[in-house]
Amino acid sequence: MTTNKRGFLQGLWDFFCSLKLSISLLILLAVTSIIGTVIPQMPNVPPEYLRSLSSNKVFLYKNLGFFDMYHSWWFILLLYLLTVNLVACSIKRLPRVWKIVSEPSLVMDSGLEKSLSLTHEFKTPGDVTAIRDKMTAFRKAEFASPVVTEVAGEYHLFAQKTPYCRLGVYVVHFSIIVIFIGAILGSKLGYKAFANIVEGTSISTVYNPRGEKPIDLGFAVKCEKFSVTFYDTGAPKEFKSILTILENGQPVPGYVNIPIVVNSPLTYHGITFYQSSYGPAGEGAVFHFTVRDKKAGTKSDLTVRQGETAQLPGGGNLRVLEAVPEVKMYMPQLSGAAARIEITPAGGAPQQVTLFQNYPQFDEQRGGDQVITYGGADEKFYTGLQVAKDPGVWVVWLGCTLMVLGICLAFFFSHKRIWLRVTPGRVVAGGSASKNPAGFQILFDDLVGKLKKQQ
Amino acid sequence: MSSSMLFNVTTFSYMVSMIIFFAFLATKNKVIGLTASSAAYFGFVIQTIAIILRWKESYAMGHGHAPLSNLYESVVFFSWTIILIYALIEIKYKYRIIGAFVVPFAFMGMAGAQLFINSGIEPLVPALQSNWLLYHVITCFLGYAAFAVACGISIMYLIKARQEEAAGNAPAGGIIASFPPCKVLDDLNYRAIMIGFPLLTLGIVTGAAWASYAWGTYWSWDPKETWSLIVWFIYAAFLHARITRGWVGKRAAILSVFGFAATIFCYLGVNLLLSGLHSYGGG
Repeated sequence: MTTNKRGFLQGLWDFFCSLKLSISLLILLAVTSIIGTVIPQMPNVPPEYLRSLSSNKVFLYKNLGFFDMYHSWWFILLLYLLTVNLVACSIKRLPRVWKIVSEPSLVMDSGLEKSLSLTHEFKTPGDVTAIRDKMTAFRKAEFASPVVTEVAGEYHLFAQKTPYCRLGVYVVHFSIIVIFIGAILGSKLGYKAFANIVEGTSISTVYNPRGEKPIDLGFAVKCEKFSVTFYDTGAPKEFKSILTILENGQPVPGYVNIPIVVNSPLTYHGITFYQSSYGPAGEGAVFHFTVRDKKAGTKSDLTVRQGETAQLPGGGNLRVLEAVPEVKMYMPQLSGAAARIEITPAGGAPQQVTLFQNYPQFDEQRGGDQVITYGGADEKFYTGLQVAKDPGVWVVWLGCTLMVLGICLAFFFSHKRIWLRVTPGRVVAGGSASKNPAGFQILFDDLVGKLKKQQ
Repeated sequence: MSSSMLFNVTTFSYMVSMIIFFAFLATKNKVIGLTASSAAYFGFVIQTIAIILRWKESYAMGHGHAPLSNLYESVVFFSWTIILIYALIEIKYKYRIIGAFVVPFAFMGMAGAQLFINSGIEPLVPALQSNWLLYHVITCFLGYAAFAVACGISIMYLIKARQEEAAGNAPAGGIIASFPPCKVLDDLNYRAIMIGFPLLTLGIVTGAAWASYAWGTYWSWDPKETWSLIVWFIYAAFLHARITRGWVGKRAAILSVFGFAATIFCYLGVNLLLSGLHSYGGG
């Protein structure tokens, strides 16, 4: 290896070990991440948004990956650089820190003593071994159990607290890598998909929103029923699907008629189904009406399919223009199902009427011989389910747990070390802490004060 | 006695506290300082009672959920957490004066909530019907509040550092003389962020866990999620800046101010200006 090459490799290593690189990468990630919150991201780019951009802009954005920014090569590259950076930093610094933790300096020689910011010396009468024993017992009670080392007739007492908190930073760095591994596992081995299931039917394949080929579940999911309820304000209260899992067409025991709502999904064989959306099945609803003839006093039921025209008894016809299961959202003072219908009397002009299931007398205002009441609709809905399989999710949670623990270790604990050198008639105390020097000084002074009183 | 009446008292107390804090800055009189923080703590106690009352009122209305579900409730809670974090730092480190730069945030929050935001108690939409709501919102806002306190301290630092630079090494006079020394402000800034960063991390993790539980994806690069990560990146940069030569002091303080600006955008800007999954926070 030439010196030039070694110089280059050393330079590269130093580059990746530098904290300035970490800071620059973190700030760069923060700034570039903004792009994807301003420009709509795939697969949710509205066509009207694309039309509003000039063709040059669309070309530029596409080539820079702005429509799928968080998966673009340069964003992934930044994440990889950050990973390499934190691995390099950890490799460089961890051995030194590990040595402090695993092989503490048990003896405070003059070199160490000079390097400590807190030292205190006091005179004490008596025998060295007696002082040593007294000090040992005292420190065990007041701080932590000390290790006693004898060097040339001098006794060195060393005690420490929470040395492992020094590793907290590396736990956090490691946890980020664990989270990345979990995310990569999830994206390679899992999928995110959706499925629309019409009430009473089942599906066994799901679709990826990125439009790839359908994914076979290996079993079937049947939607027995879907329902939606509303608060008095008209805001939605609950979206609920009743699901049954079928294997070879047979219901699986324990997975029959399972209700799922938002925040309460169903998992089967590692695949989870989440309540996500709903809508009319588009098969056409069936509307129920009752027609009362005031003169004849007769009553007859009338069933009308969506889009079809039904004959009214005694001539004329009726068709449904629009119907809602809950009218409150549009007319807050009313409640229940409503239908807007068009009635064409025999030989007359069509007229539009709105009928409310909860207010059957409403149509009497119209006058005429017939009073029509609305009995509600049978409409099939489909339930929209998010389907996710993510075998990496547990790795991600492990990473998150490690991260929180690591941060707590790094932030809320301090590695405190106290040395005592006991020589005939003289004791020297020294201390150091990895964090909060002001707080440690109070503790140190307090301990030394108590030590002196021991004599 | 209703919660809204007590919230009025709270806003008024924070306003009074802020004004007395400004007087404290000018006079350096210890009694005035004590009065200023007492007014803030009085407001805090009243606000605590008001939040509990609102919780009870929600049960009385049949909704029965913690008062953390819409923009009004979150801004009120944010103000409460700001005073809480201020109290912790004041009690622990005995620098009362930072209240002059922190209480205004709490006051602006309360005043803004009461003037501009609909204060109705609404039932929970399906997406919010989860215990994760409590864990997620509490951790996030405690984190945000710590960043608010750090931002106030950083502004003090920048003012003080600028004056010290201008005046050479001569001690600063006037109002700024009552600020703690630059070194102390730098340290307090770091300590506030040491409280905020773990809480923000927990907030993001609980949010991811909740998203995973409700939607099936722990991370979908939704604008709210992305902005919370942007905030996390900025404070992570801050923490590394603290141990890097050339980044200590002024640059760290600027990062802290930027961090809080990003926090506020994450909290309010995303809901008001961008669209996404967190839309219920914007009403």
